[in-house]
Amino acid sequence: MPELLQEYLPIVVFFGLALALGLLFIVAALVVAVRRPDAEKISAYECGFNAFDDARMKFDVRFYLVSILFIIFDLEVAFLFPWAASFGDQGWVGYWSMMVFLGVLTVGFAYEWKKGALEWE
Amino acid sequence: METTFFDSGFGQFTVILAQCLAVVVSLLLSLAFLLYMDRKVWAAVQLRRGPNVVGPFGLLQSFADFLKFVVKEVVIPAGADRAVYLLAPLISFVLASVAWAVIPFADGWVVSDLNVGILYIFAISSLGVYGVIMGGWASNSKYPFLGGLRSAAQMVSYEVSIGLIIVGVMISTGSLNLSEIVRAQDGAYGLFSWYWLPHLPMVVLFFVSALAETNRPPFDLPEAESELVAGYQVEYSSTPYLLFMIGEYMAIVMMCALITTLFFGGWLSPIPGLPDGVLWFTLKVVAFFFLFAMVKAIVPRYRYDQLMRLGWKVFLPMSLAWVVIAATLAKLDVPGYARWAVGG
Amino acid sequence: MAIAALAFYVFAAVAVASGLMVTLARNPVHSVLWLILAFFSTAGLFVLLGAEFVAMLLVIVYVGAVAVLFLFVVMMLDVDFAALKSGFVENMPFGLLIGAVLLTEIVLAVGVWQFGDAAVASRAAVSPTPDEVSNTVALGRLIYDDYLHLFQLAGMVLFVAMVGAIVLTLRKREGVKRQDVLAQMYRTREQSVELRDVKPGQGV
Repeated sequence: MPELLQEYLPIVVFFGLALALGLLFIVAALVVAVRRPDAEKISAYECGFNAFDDARMKFDVRFYLVSILFIIFDLEVAFLFPWAASFGDQGWVGYWSMMVFLGVLTVGFAYEWKKGALEWE
Repeated sequence: METTFFDSGFGQFTVILAQCLAVVVSLLLSLAFLLYMDRKVWAAVQLRRGPNVVGPFGLLQSFADFLKFVVKEVVIPAGADRAVYLLAPLISFVLASVAWAVIPFADGWVVSDLNVGILYIFAISSLGVYGVIMGGWASNSKYPFLGGLRSAAQMVSYEVSIGLIIVGVMISTGSLNLSEIVRAQDGAYGLFSWYWLPHLPMVVLFFVSALAETNRPPFDLPEAESELVAGYQVEYSSTPYLLFMIGEYMAIVMMCALITTLFFGGWLSPIPGLPDGVLWFTLKVVAFFFLFAMVKAIVPRYRYDQLMRLGWKVFLPMSLAWVVIAATLAKLDVPGYARWAVGG
Repeated sequence: MAIAALAFYVFAAVAVASGLMVTLARNPVHSVLWLILAFFSTAGLFVLLGAEFVAMLLVIVYVGAVAVLFLFVVMMLDVDFAALKSGFVENMPFGLLIGAVLLTEIVLAVGVWQFGDAAVASRAAVSPTPDEVSNTVALGRLIYDDYLHLFQLAGMVLFVAMVGAIVLTLRKREGVKRQDVLAQMYRTREQSVELRDVKPGQGV
C-alpha cells in the first residue's frame, strides 16, 4: 500500500469506531429505556399551543444570500491554501498574482458592503 | 513471534484500532471531567456551588448524568422524519470525534499524520453545520427549525474567517501537517518562539470565531433559551440529545486543541530546557477550555444582527487584511513570519 | 494493495448507488443527503488516487458550502414537489430519448478517446514527482505562476458571481429600522440629553 494511503487507514478505522459508539448509545437508549409515546408527548413543542401548521415554511431570501457569499469566500480560501503551503517556493510573480486576485475580490466585497448585502435586519 | 504479528496486515490493523480506541476513550473520559469543570467554573462565577453530590466534590456527576440519559425515553415527534432525526445527532457526534484523528498530542503521538491535516480539520468543521440543520429540519417543529437555520448561517459566516486565519499560519509554516506546524514553532526562546506572538491579532480573532463556530455563549443564538427555547435540540431527549451535547463539547475542546496547536506550540514546553510532552498539550487545552468556560459565564449574549455584522464586517476584512500583511512580512523575510528564513 | 482495491470498489459502488438514490428519493431533502454521500465517496476515490488536496477541497467546497445552499433551498423554498412531478408520465418518452442520446454520445466520445503525444508530454513537464513534495505544494507551485491567467480568470468568475448573487437576491425592504453603530458611538450627551428646570406644578 502506498505511504499516503497508509495514513488514511486510521481515519477510516476512527470513523468506524465513532460511528459504532454513537449507534451503541442510541440503541442502548432504545433498548433500555421504556417507550410509551402518546399523542400529546410526541406533538411538536410550541410553548403549550398545539402546532398551528407545518413547521417547514418559506424563508427569508437573506439566508440564501449568506450561503452564496459563503461559497464564494470559501472558494477564495480554497485558492489561498496551496498558495500559502508553497509560499516559500514562490517568487514575486506568485505573490503579486495572489495580491491581484485578492484585490479583485476585495472590490467585490466592497460592492457587497456598499449595497448593504452584509446587513442583517 | 511478536514482531511478525505486528508486521502482518491484521497486526497493523489491531495497532491502529487500539490507538483509535485509546484516543476515543481518553477523550470521552476527559470530556466527562471537562463538563464538570465547565459547570463548576460557571457556578463559581455566579457564587454557587455547582455539582457537589455525586462522588467526592461531585466529580462523578457526568457519569451519573450519562446513566440518566441512557434510561430516558427516546421521544420522536409525530411529524418528524425518523431517519434524519436520528441521523443528525449521530453525524454531529461522529464528525466531532473524527476530527481528533489528526491532532498531535505529542511528537509522533498522532493517530493519522495526514499531509493535509489542517485542511482535514477545516473540512470536518465545515460539516458540523449538518448535524444542526438536519436536526432542526427533521424535528418538524418551529423552534428547532428556526434554531437550525440561524445556526447554519452563523457557522457558515465564521467559517470563512477561521479559514483565512489558518492561511496566515500556513504562510509562516509552509506546511499543512499539524505536527509540522508545531515543530515549526520549536525555537530557542520557548514560549516566545510560538506563533501567538507574530500572529497575535489572529489569536484573538480565532478564539472569538471558535466561540461562534461552536455555538458557544455569547454566540449561542441557535439555542438562545429566551427566544428559541433550546434551538435545534428542543425535540431531542435521551441519548440522541446526549450525542448532540457530546458532539458540541468535543467540538469546543477540538477548538481549544486547534488554538494550542496553531498558536501555542502544541506539545512544546514554554520554558526552554524543560522536556516537551503530552502534559503540556493537555495543560494548554485545559487552560483554553477554562477561558471558554469563563466567557460563557461573564459575557452577555449577542443579538443576531450584531453577530452577523461582527462576522462579515469585522472579522472577514480583518483576517483577509492579515493574510496580506503576514504574506508581505514573510516575503520580506521578517523572522517569526518566515520560518525558512531563520532555518527553523 | 488488496485493501486499496477493496476500498476503490466500496467507494465506487457507494458513489453510484447514492447517485441513483439522489434521483429516486421521494423527499428532496433526502436527495440532497444522498448527494452528500456521493460527494464523500468521490472524495474517497480522490484520496485513493493520491490527490489528497482535491479530496479535501471536494469536501470543503461541495459538501461544506454548495450542499448547504442546496439544503437551504430544498428545505426552505417549500416547493410543491408533487406538482413538479405531475407531468412526469407525459414527458417520460422525451426524457428517455435525451438520456439515450447523451449516453450514446458519452460512449462514443470515451470509446475513441486518445491522449495526444503533446498532451502527455506537456503534463509530464509540469508535474513534479509526487514523492518529493506533497500535492498541495505541488499545485501551489503551478497555479499562481505557470497558470497565472487561468487563476486570474477564476478570480474574475468569483467576482462576477458575487455581483450576480447580490443583483439577483438582494431586495431592499423599506421602512426597516437599522442599527447604525457609528452613529450610536458618536452620539454625545449634548445631542441627546437636555436638562430643563421644571417648576413645581407645571409641565415641561
